[in-house]
Amino acid sequence: MKDTSLLTKEYRTIDYVSGPLIFVNGVLGASYGEIVKITLKDGEVRTGQVLDISEEHAVVQVFEGTRGIDLVGTTARFIGEPARINVSKDMLGRIFTGVGTPRDGGPDIIPEAVLDIAGTPINPSARDKPADFIQTGMSAIDGLNTLVRGQKLPIFSGSGLPASKLAAQIARQAKVRGEGEEFAVVFVAMGITHKEASFFMQDFERTGALDRVVFFMNLADDPTVERLAAPRCGLTVAEFLAFTHNLHVLVILTDMINYCEALREISTAREEVPGRRGYPGYMYTDLASIYERAGRLKGKTGSITQIPILTMPDDDITHPVPDLTGYITEGQIVLSRDIFRRGSDPPVDALPCLSRLMNLGIGPGKTREDHRGVADQLYASYAYGRDLRRLVAIVGEEALTDLDRKYLKFADGFERQFITQGDDDRSIETTLAIAWDLFATLPVDELKRIKREHIRKYHPAAKEAAADAPDKTSGS
Amino acid sequence: MISGTISRISGPVIMAKGMKGSKMYDVVKVGAEALRGEIIRLEGDEAVIQVYEDTTGLTLGEAVENTETPLSVELGPGLLASIYDGVQRPLPVLLKLSGDFIGRGITAPGLDRSKKWAFAPSVKNGDTLGHGDVIGTVKEFQFEHRVLVPPKVSGKVTEIRAGSFTVEEIVCVLDNKIRLPMMQSWPVRIPRPHIKKLDPLLPLITGQRVFDCMFPVTKGGTAMIPGGFGTGKTVSEQTLAKWSDTQIVVYIGCGERGNEMTDVLEEFPELVDPRTKLPLIERTILIANTSNMPVAAREASIYTGITIAEYFRDMGYDVALLADSTSRWGEALREVSGRLEEMPGEEGYPAYLATRLSAFYERAGRVICLGAGERNGSITVVGAVSPPGGDFSEPITQNTLRVVGTFWALDTNLAYRRHFPSVNWIKSYSLYLDCISEWYDKNIARDWRELREKAMYLLQKEVELQEIVQLVGPDALPDSEKAILDVTRMIREDFLQQSAYSDTDSFCPIEKQYLMLKVIMTYYEQANLAMNRGVSLRQVQVLPLKATIGRMKDAGEVDEVRKMIDEVTSAIARLEVER
Repeated sequence: MKDTSLLTKEYRTIDYVSGPLIFVNGVLGASYGEIVKITLKDGEVRTGQVLDISEEHAVVQVFEGTRGIDLVGTTARFIGEPARINVSKDMLGRIFTGVGTPRDGGPDIIPEAVLDIAGTPINPSARDKPADFIQTGMSAIDGLNTLVRGQKLPIFSGSGLPASKLAAQIARQAKVRGEGEEFAVVFVAMGITHKEASFFMQDFERTGALDRVVFFMNLADDPTVERLAAPRCGLTVAEFLAFTHNLHVLVILTDMINYCEALREISTAREEVPGRRGYPGYMYTDLASIYERAGRLKGKTGSITQIPILTMPDDDITHPVPDLTGYITEGQIVLSRDIFRRGSDPPVDALPCLSRLMNLGIGPGKTREDHRGVADQLYASYAYGRDLRRLVAIVGEEALTDLDRKYLKFADGFERQFITQGDDDRSIETTLAIAWDLFATLPVDELKRIKREHIRKYHPAAKEAAADAPDKTSGS
Repeated sequence: MISGTISRISGPVIMAKGMKGSKMYDVVKVGAEALRGEIIRLEGDEAVIQVYEDTTGLTLGEAVENTETPLSVELGPGLLASIYDGVQRPLPVLLKLSGDFIGRGITAPGLDRSKKWAFAPSVKNGDTLGHGDVIGTVKEFQFEHRVLVPPKVSGKVTEIRAGSFTVEEIVCVLDNKIRLPMMQSWPVRIPRPHIKKLDPLLPLITGQRVFDCMFPVTKGGTAMIPGGFGTGKTVSEQTLAKWSDTQIVVYIGCGERGNEMTDVLEEFPELVDPRTKLPLIERTILIANTSNMPVAAREASIYTGITIAEYFRDMGYDVALLADSTSRWGEALREVSGRLEEMPGEEGYPAYLATRLSAFYERAGRVICLGAGERNGSITVVGAVSPPGGDFSEPITQNTLRVVGTFWALDTNLAYRRHFPSVNWIKSYSLYLDCISEWYDKNIARDWRELREKAMYLLQKEVELQEIVQLVGPDALPDSEKAILDVTRMIREDFLQQSAYSDTDSFCPIEKQYLMLKVIMTYYEQANLAMNRGVSLRQVQVLPLKATIGRMKDAGEVDEVRKMIDEVTSAIARLEVER
């Protein structure tokens, strides 16, 4: 440890306050990223972090906001350490603020370790390939965009769409089949309302999972800048639980748009050159420092799987926040207002959804050998059916060929039977069986994406033809 | 030695005073942990430095020491199958030194100092050597690694050794007292010299139909793959890394995902090159600077990569350099520029973005290498671009378009319907068609170009017809135009679509590619002939040919596809006019 950190340096030289930032003059020996304790006239203590140091001044962002800070009576103490959090397995079942202090009235955590919340990048050659299929029980995910352990798969939602319900259902149902391994959930709320937060809380309580969850709560009326620390605190705890205690950790981050707003606020206060829509140019790197903290490590049994939730402003997927997120994460689940209005529950729009790691988690021995082909065929046929809908709106259904009318029906059936499932928890076999029932409504020649032997084995018509063929896969 | 002290810290950029005498792009060691950085601006005695590691914890007044050498990479045996970060630190060594997470202030040489290599000299005492001459070879896996006289070095051999040596041990001494080990180093920001650039006349065969047949790139050419997220840039880059017919592949993961690099690391040792039957990893060098690793090292990573590529080119080999993604490199440039408070150009990118991009792409090319014996080598650069919001009007896409020869535009709508590779056939282009026509004529078939043009024409026509269909419905079209829609659907689904995950189809030999297109175009020709005779399109449509053509991809033997040409011809020719 550097000797400078042993000195306590207290300054009364705050000479400029702007938004969430304070500028402290003539600071000697402050280090980049270090934590600052700010004491107000009335004795209130707040926490800040150094963003920029030059010989004239140090720029400090104050997590709890700058209201009440004055230029005369407020002091700033540089504690010589970066932002850290006390971590322990006892954090399970507890509720913390965005900077990691208990907010449930319980005692302080007795730390097993004290860790830097910024974390350090995982060495790419230390990473282990994600390979375990997570059965979420949702057909739209399991069947089409399979989630695997160590993946980061965000949910892109629109305001008013039930993203929270979907996330809670995933958290409730997710399991790796054939394993009874220990899991934990780290739930990070950034700027969401009390109502949303209590929805999750009640859902975890109802399913008895509450004591497996660590909550970091920064609600809509809590300080904005704290949102920058909340996901980092959450992920630091997640890394500790996953790689020290060998738990499988599911991290839910909601809502990333609020995080990015906070980032923009700081950037604007620093008068930085803005990028798209006023968001800072380094937002990609900043988001990556959160999302890349998912994964598995060689030789460790634990894993971190991330499900960030993000509300697309005006349902615009090209908005910088969903856009940059999509470039970093390994796919996305997209909710759509159109599909919601058509009555699908969950309202997943399958076409823009993607899971980049799907191929690592499916196939023989993991799900079933026809899984890839079935998913491709569902996509191709549904996309074609969706195109026809547009056509029908103009020329009417009568102008279509018989085949095209079948595709139109297929697309409807896909949304009503395959995507829609309400509160059901479907096994992968059920999901695939529904898909095959849908394929039965199309001519076999149209199923180009599926291998012929799989058609012979799984197609309902082929099965009837060979009625004695045993159904090996169901009920496993 | 020049040394100063830190006077300002702002993210990855710091300032140091007392640095008088420093040169631009000198490498410096910053602070007590000796973090490495590079000087990117000089103002009086102050130097602005981009630091390749996280700067958290640095304090004003800490020492900054100038090494007075530019950022360089080590070149020599041991590069193949390596995985480096953006400044050539070997990641497996860092793993041993600092564990699963990359610690700070760790350095490790790019090449293993202890490993011995069997060096077989190819010169003898008294030979006169010029720069670029081969002094001997080392067998690295099955690859012949040629040890070259470094640029600007020449002389007469006074001593040459054979046997096992480390990369640092001297293997050759020249009369002017120059002692040559197998290893050399080269500053990354300066292109390695060559004698002359050649016109790119040979195609880079990638085994991908939409690339090879429709929008080819040459050995020594440049290509870009722009596309919104989820359109398959990375899969395309990885496919090229797997199947390109070059001896060496340099793959740069520039600001991308960690799990993707793991994927390459685990997959490549298992996959074999379809031509040499050797594991793919043995011809691959990986540079992984993932998105959460320091941003300045990301900026350096593409230079590190291309310098390594140039080194292998200088031996007389064909090299494919795949950069995923150059947008992240541009963003790193923008971030550093922002910290320097430079006047921003378009969308906050620095005004010199275009200059830097074109300078990078111009390091590609097919050249006559330095040295005796006239060796030819090439570097093909394929850069992925990640335009924000999938909007191609943004600066990186537009500036790259000006310098590359092949444009593979990925399309979000195609990706949504799982048409992969999602290359949009209307927007994409290749400027190399004329350059390689001769090679295709000689090696594939004389009518390749004609078939391609015809297929492209039909695809273009399809767009027009689709517009009509949207207005009046498909039934309103005459048979001749319905036939076009039939055949373009075949071109799209049975030819252009190619699954990177299929066992049989992820690599398609060039001859099979040609024959597949030939089968489809024969179908169209024959259908037209039949319709001229008075046969109705309906009769052609009910033939089981669509299914046959649909299974071409999985045909194991090229002859199987060749036979289909006759099959299609005779089946349609047999049709009689119904009354």
